[in-house]
Parts: sequence; structure tokens; C-alpha cells
Amino acid sequence: MKYVEEFNDPQLARRLLDEIHATVTRPWAMMEVCGGQTHSIIRHGIDQLLPDEVELIHGPGCPVCVTPLEMIDKALAIAARPDVVFCSFGDMLRVPGTGRDLFRVKGEGGDVRVVYSPLDALEVARREPDKQVVFFGIGFETTAPANAMTVHEARRLGIDNFSLLVSHVRVPPAIDAIMRAPDCRVQAFLAAGHVCSVMGVAEYPELVERHRVPIVVTGFEPLDILEGVRRTVRQLERGEHRVENAYPRAVRERGNPAAMRMIEEVFEVSDRAWRGIGVIPDSGWRLSDAFRAYDAEYRFDVGHVRTEESGECRSGEVLQGLIKPNDCPAFGTSCTPRTPLGATMVSSEGACAAYYLYRRLEVTPVG
Amino acid sequence: MADTEAVLDPANWSCPLPLRDHPVVVMGHGGGGALSAELTEHLFAAAYGNDTLAALTDSAAVELGGARLAFSTDSYVVRPLFFPGGCIGDLAVNGTVNDLAMSGARAAFLSTAFILEEGVRLEVVGRVAQAMGAAASAAGVTVATGDTKVVETGHGDGIYVNTSGIGLIPAGTDIRPQRATPGDVVIVSGPIGAHGVAVLSVREGLEFGSDVVSDTAPLGGLVAAMLAVTPEVHVLRDPTRGGLATSLCEIAAASGTGVVLTESAVPVPDSVGAACGFLGLDPLYVANEGRLVAFVPPQHADAVLDAMHAHPQGAGATVIGVCVTDHPGMVVARTALGGTRVVDLPLGEQLPRIC
Repeated sequence: MKYVEEFNDPQLARRLLDEIHATVTRPWAMMEVCGGQTHSIIRHGIDQLLPDEVELIHGPGCPVCVTPLEMIDKALAIAARPDVVFCSFGDMLRVPGTGRDLFRVKGEGGDVRVVYSPLDALEVARREPDKQVVFFGIGFETTAPANAMTVHEARRLGIDNFSLLVSHVRVPPAIDAIMRAPDCRVQAFLAAGHVCSVMGVAEYPELVERHRVPIVVTGFEPLDILEGVRRTVRQLERGEHRVENAYPRAVRERGNPAAMRMIEEVFEVSDRAWRGIGVIPDSGWRLSDAFRAYDAEYRFDVGHVRTEESGECRSGEVLQGLIKPNDCPAFGTSCTPRTPLGATMVSSEGACAAYYLYRRLEVTPVG
Repeated sequence: MADTEAVLDPANWSCPLPLRDHPVVVMGHGGGGALSAELTEHLFAAAYGNDTLAALTDSAAVELGGARLAFSTDSYVVRPLFFPGGCIGDLAVNGTVNDLAMSGARAAFLSTAFILEEGVRLEVVGRVAQAMGAAASAAGVTVATGDTKVVETGHGDGIYVNTSGIGLIPAGTDIRPQRATPGDVVIVSGPIGAHGVAVLSVREGLEFGSDVVSDTAPLGGLVAAMLAVTPEVHVLRDPTRGGLATSLCEIAAASGTGVVLTESAVPVPDSVGAACGFLGLDPLYVANEGRLVAFVPPQHADAVLDAMHAHPQGAGATVIGVCVTDHPGMVVARTALGGTRVVDLPLGEQLPRIC
């Protein structure tokens, strides 16, 4: 596929790796923000090929992983109602809430449907006017414009039986929170390319200055990631801290103005709880007052939903890069994708699942 | 952005209780992965308890009146009923024919059972039956018996089809996953992933423009051509639900050997790779309906490969890996960049990722 195949080329990868090896002189710890990057790094074995000095810390950018338990439980309560068609992206279905997941609700008779675009959920609402259709609007800046668009369109078309259960999160406040944590070891960030394709890079210079860390906008194919690492190492070795765009084929400095306008019209910035981490101020979006009527939390009485987290898993530390997944005693024993203790073990973008799937046994390299 | 004080208190980081059990059937129980395997092993095999079933092969090898027969059954619930390259009818014939072929057998007789939903147009049922007839004829198998039931509107998905089949296992062959041996060469008969992508491309709510057509095809002829070279083919498997990765994991587990997969050698058509890319699926886990994976002793590998290339269903056959003594029971992929990773059994159905 054009723009993908070229960025998998083993010869070019070798050249970038050689340059990284030649540049690095001492240990550096950098965080790839996005779960899609984590997935790609582990799937292609990129971390095995980097110099020992370069440590990749896996960041909190997996939307499935950071959606708070309370929101999952609200989703489960709404999805179980007989009058509701509950639409969601596929990988939310297996995220454990308190005692069950959406698959279980579906198995017990709930009308839970996987959609690939949030606008498909709106179409369901149009076709089934006697049902209440709810879309689980989660994710980072990447999914926010399309989710905002559903509400915009619902109002424009007068589709009143549609609502959005919103749990949107924003990357820059999370970067800020990670840098403020007392145990923080992160010295640089590979910023999430798709997030920046929507939002541009305007939010980053302030973070770069405040925390004196390089932030390099990075893509997802192997060569994209290696180029991001190469530029980050170069900045670190030179003692620089700048915003760089290593994903120019997708990211413009100004982002996508139409998408940003849509977000601004429909959402407003709010505090948001991150699963395993806690509340980060201003780190999310909720529907603005003008669109409150389309907020599933208001439409359905789920204010009473109380959640219970157990203290067994350490995904909070994993999400902040304080430990690697396999440092957790539960990893691969009591916690597997079959029996996830935490959401990081559910999605293949979650660091724990990526480690379990691809690194369960560090085997002797072959060939 | 406001100057914020983030709440990051490690003492309060916590996670939910696990969901260890599914007290009700969930879709993953039919996904061909770990949940399916648990259901079969712990609920069904435990109830029927016998050695033939316990082998858990695509088709059972049974002896009857001095003959060695392969015997298999499969139900088809594909949605939509018609998809690029085929329909539920030819799928139902080829699926069972291929399950039998994975024991080395040429399918001889099939049964077919239809569960029809009230209200389905007879013209649609007729088209499915015609497709089954044509597929049976192409595979050289006789549909010898059948059954029809009708359920009320809303109790079915239009048409469900079950087929069962029997065929003779050629003398001198012993093809089963337990026979994979270190040194065996791993061959796939052609490009992977076309069937799963073709069906997804026309599924309601997901339609996307694609020129991918299903690879549904009978494999009995190809298997016969391979066995004509040598009866010493150790393992055959058709990587349907769960895809190539699942088949390899099952073979590694059953035989207690390791499998090294050379990722760059696995043939994935560009269009399949592109569709998987934007759906967030891994082609290694996407269903095939006209492909097989073979474990062949190294001394026979070239000749078997030649025989495959000479057959229309094996024209794209290629070596994708090797069976090893390292990491017993586990499949390890060597990535194009030179790294390695574990290839695991999927839990249930693949879940399209969010972004």
C-alpha cells in the first residue's frame, strides 16, 4: 500500500539504525505517547534493534486503556437497557468493568453493535427511530472530530434518539502530568502522529520550554518510528529541546482546521479521570452546554453507578512508564488477555497486551 | 492550557477485578481462538469423552469395516449470504471437503442441512442450492442426503447451512498435527486473507470499496497431487477461522515443537494488506477458505512444492517457515526488520482497533 510499504523497508531501517547507533553516547529514556506506536514497536521488534542506551517507555496513549472504570460501568448500565442500541468501536467490548464487559452484556441480550465509524451509529439511529442509540465516544484528539460530527449531524438532521457517551482525553495535559510526576524518568517524547494530524503542533512549544524536553512528532510504521527516535537522540545528544515534525506526510503545523473547528463547536475542555492514573485537570472534553441534550450521561440515569477497583494490578505505573509490563507480578500469570486484570492487557495497543502477545518469552533470536 | 497540578498518587492506582468466567455464550466462543478451544475441550469433548474426538483434528479419522474414513461436520452462518467470490453455498461444500482433505482424504459423500428463516425468498434459497450443486460437482463429491427446517422470523439470519462429509483416507498416510517434526518445512498454498477481507468488505455497516474476492475452493485435488509425491506429508491444515496464525499455533501446541515463521515470506496480497491496515486487523489472523498449510519433511519439500505449483490451487505455494526444537509449542515470527516476536492464539474474534 502506498505510503505504508515504503516505510517498512528493511534496508532503509538498517541505515537509520546505524545512524542511531553511531549518534548515541549515553543512556536516554524516551516515551512513545501513542499505543499504536507501542504496538508497532513490539510487533516489529524495533526495541530489540535499538542500542541498549535507548530505552523506550510506553506511554498512556491507548484510549481503551485509559477510559475510566466508572465510564465503562456507565456504558454497561446503558447497554443493558432494553430500549437501547449501544454502538462502540470493537476493542472496547472486552474491557472489564466492575464484574462484566460489553461482550457479556451482549451475550445476556443487550443490543451491542460494533461500528467502524461513529457516523454509522447515527445511521442506526435514523433507521431505528423507536430505539435509543448510544455511541461510546472515547479516544484522543484522533477520534474526537468524527465523534463531534455525529452530534453536530444529529442536531442538524433532527435525530433525537441519538446520544453520545463521552470519555474523550487530550494528550498535552497528560504529557504535562507525566513530567510533573516525582518519579518521572522521561527525557523526551515521541508525540502521537495521528493526534498531531488533527491538532497540529501548537500545544507543544510551551511543554518543551516548561519541561525542557524534546518532543518529536512521530508516525507509526517502522521507518517513521526509527526516524522519530533518530531525531530525538540527536536532540538529546546535542542538549537541545525543540518541537520537530518527523511525520510531515500526515502532520501539518496547523493541524486540520476543519476538524478542530468541529471539536470546538461541540466539546468543551474538562477535567478527566484516566484509568490507572487518576484525574488530570483539563485533560478531556465533554459535550458543551449547547449539546448537553445529546449527552448519554444526562439522558440516562447513570449518576448512581459506583465503581470498585481492586488494587491488584499496576497498570497505572505501566501507563506512566514507571515499570515495564513484565515487572508486574501479575503479568502473564493471573493477568493475561484471557483474564485481564487491567485494561492495558485488553487492547493490542495496551503495553501489557503487546508484551504478552509478542514478548511473553524472550526467545533466542533466530537466524 | 491552564497551569495544572496533576493528581498522580501511586498509592491509589488501581485496576478492576478480573472477568475470569463467561457464564453465558459470547461471540468469542465461536471465534476459533482460545475461547472456542476451551468450550470444545472442557464442555463438549468432556461430555462425549472418546479418543477419536479428543484428537480435535479438522476431520476425525475413523475405521469402519476395514476402511479408514475421514469424517467431518461444519455449520455455516456467514453474513452476508453472498460475498465477492462466493456464497454460503459453495463455502458449505468447500469447507467440509477441505476439512476432509486435511486428513488426506478425497471427499466422497456430503450431507446438507438447511435452517431457513421464515420470509427468506425462495429465489435466494435456490441460488444457494445451485451454488452448492456446482461446488459439489467441482469438488467431485456427491450430496447424498439432506434436511430442511424452518424457524420463525427473527430466529435465524436468513439461511444457516450445515454440511457433513466422509471420504477415504489413502493407505500409507498419517496426517495430523501431532506429527509435526523439527526440520519440517512449513508451506502455505497461496496468498492469505482474501476470504475474510472479501466478506468484511460487503458486511452491513462496513462496506468498503475493494477488489478482493474470496479464495473459497476445494483442496482435495491439491492434496491428492501432494500425496502423489510422497505419503510422508506430516501435517495439513486449512487456516479458516482464526487464520494462518491460529493454525500454526494449534500445530505447535499439538506436536510440542516450535515453529519459526519468516514474516516477510508470508504472501499477503496488497489489497488484503491495505484493508487489514485500515481495519486494524492482522492478516495472519484473517480467515481463508481455499488455502492450506503443510508440514513436510525437508527431503520431500522441493518435490511437494513443485507438485503444488503444478496445481491451480497451489500455484502461489511458498515456504514460510520451519519447524524447530526451540521454544516448543510456540510460534515465533522473524520480522522483516530482523526482530522476533511471539505469534499467539487469538482470544476470540479479532477486534478492530479504535485508531
